[in-house]
Amino acid sequence: MSWLTEYVRPKIRTLLGRREIPDNLWVQCPACQQMIFSRELEKNLKVCPHCSHHMRATAAERLAWIFDESTATRIELPKVPADPLRFRDSKRYADRLREAREKTHLEDAILVAHGSIGGQRAVVAAMEFDFMAGSMGAAVGEGIVAAARLAVLQEAPLIVFTASGGARMQEGAVSLMQMPRTVIATRLVKEAGLPFITVLTDPTTGGVTASFAMLGDIQIAEPGALIGFAGARVIEQTVRETLPEGFQRAEYLHAHGVIDMVVPRPVLRDTLARLISLLRVREAA
Amino acid sequence: MRHFLDFEKPIAELEGKIEELRRLSDPDGINIADEVARLTEKVDRQLNVTYARLTPWQKTQVARHPDRPKASDYFAALLADYTPLAGDRAYADDAAIIGGLGRFHGHSVVALGTEKGSDTDSRVAHNFGMARPEGYRKARRLIELAGRFGLPVLSFIDTAGAFPGIDAEARGQAEAIARSIEACLAAPVPFVATIIGEGGSGGAVALAAGDRVLMLEHAVYAVISPEGCASILWRDAAQASAAAEALRLTAEDLKRMKLVDAIISEPIGGAHRAPAQTIATVGQAIEEQLVPLLPLDAATLIARRREKFLEMGREAAA
Repeated sequence: MSWLTEYVRPKIRTLLGRREIPDNLWVQCPACQQMIFSRELEKNLKVCPHCSHHMRATAAERLAWIFDESTATRIELPKVPADPLRFRDSKRYADRLREAREKTHLEDAILVAHGSIGGQRAVVAAMEFDFMAGSMGAAVGEGIVAAARLAVLQEAPLIVFTASGGARMQEGAVSLMQMPRTVIATRLVKEAGLPFITVLTDPTTGGVTASFAMLGDIQIAEPGALIGFAGARVIEQTVRETLPEGFQRAEYLHAHGVIDMVVPRPVLRDTLARLISLLRVREAA
Repeated sequence: MRHFLDFEKPIAELEGKIEELRRLSDPDGINIADEVARLTEKVDRQLNVTYARLTPWQKTQVARHPDRPKASDYFAALLADYTPLAGDRAYADDAAIIGGLGRFHGHSVVALGTEKGSDTDSRVAHNFGMARPEGYRKARRLIELAGRFGLPVLSFIDTAGAFPGIDAEARGQAEAIARSIEACLAAPVPFVATIIGEGGSGGAVALAAGDRVLMLEHAVYAVISPEGCASILWRDAAQASAAAEALRLTAEDLKRMKLVDAIISEPIGGAHRAPAQTIATVGQAIEEQLVPLLPLDAATLIARRREKFLEMGREAAA
């Protein structure tokens, strides 16, 4: 991030209540360091036109990019008890939550919407990494369950964009229980004969990877995305070995048979549309 | 050699004195019975007081006590005809997860457990109870086997968590855990899980998504270790005690939040002081939970198990 990107954006975001990038701004690619005209970057779905580096995207951007134009409807997610542990470290969890809400204008780290992709109905849940590192507490778990129920109700496939540092520590064992809860959500979709597709984005780790994220009928990852269970630092400290080149990156997982494909963002919508139509022979017939 | 935890120091000193008196009394026949009795009573009192108000961090240490009964001890004492089964049929047999067939109180069952080992050699052999993907895949295989033959599943959890290693990641650690949780939830048979020591994060849930989840009094069950939590949120691993407090990882906390179903009392001074008694009590508790589940059909079991997990955390309880 250069001073250019940090220059006015945060202020403008709060003023407008949504993310709008003024068109006179340049952004530096964190991978190749080249400057990119921000409008061009937006048009390119936040993929660097010079080096194809996929920058992180917000949940709202995911929804905007993946649905056919103006077909998406966001659904309100069920409320969950906030701060079940009354957790406090150097800061109160209640305060961290408030700050995250102010920063992202979201209730928690997930958005759910339904609409159409390539003319086919779909339910999409997208995680928001900017909201407490996309960590999964009761709200995210409930979001996944709600998305699954909506998919079953609409007889639509469920697509989940993951982006998460893992479980939300501040919710203790309540966050841990989101693992079985979200696994149940995937079962609901599958038992209804509907496709469950995961799109793993940078980064997806910990309890999110070890639950619903790895249970897709089809598993897609974005190029270069970090995907794993344990964090690199923990692994290094445990095994006292240098991690191999590209470890836990999308391409590494693909080579190890963990995911089906690595799909660049600009062709993701077409890929999803094709997959849905190929999987849903019964409905078409 | 006996292991004493830091906070057990006064107890260790008293017991040292008793030991010494006993040694002295032998050769010259001085009657020290009264003194020994007095000291023993003092030890009991001290243990009672200490263990009645263990802090969450002290409980974490008790849960990790090297002499605490391990999954293999439960298997040995509670299962007749125990027949270990091995392997994930794809890559290896992971000794961090043990399991097999056996007869529990007359019921043929599949038993599963994370095994820490009890001496240096066995700890290394069992990888300190930290499983790799093949361990979780073995668990899944055994749960499916149980389903095929209508056998209840009993799991015994005692792990710091899944093994964080290069090989484990390369072979799909996350996927293996997710599938193991899925297998627990889909089991068409009664499933009773017991947290006997450490219930460490996803690696523990992988074997614990059962109809009934029991927890020993001084066991802990948490999303992250207190040390890990402290180093991330406090940026200081030495704050583990504060983190243990904040995480609400004790049996009492979990029960209050309705995340576990029942607490099993431990003998005075913790399970490591009376392993046989602890194991027998756990056996009784499992039997009590298992019997009402036996007449239920597969659909009912699965539906209720799902409902139970879906309800978790929906109401505020802390």
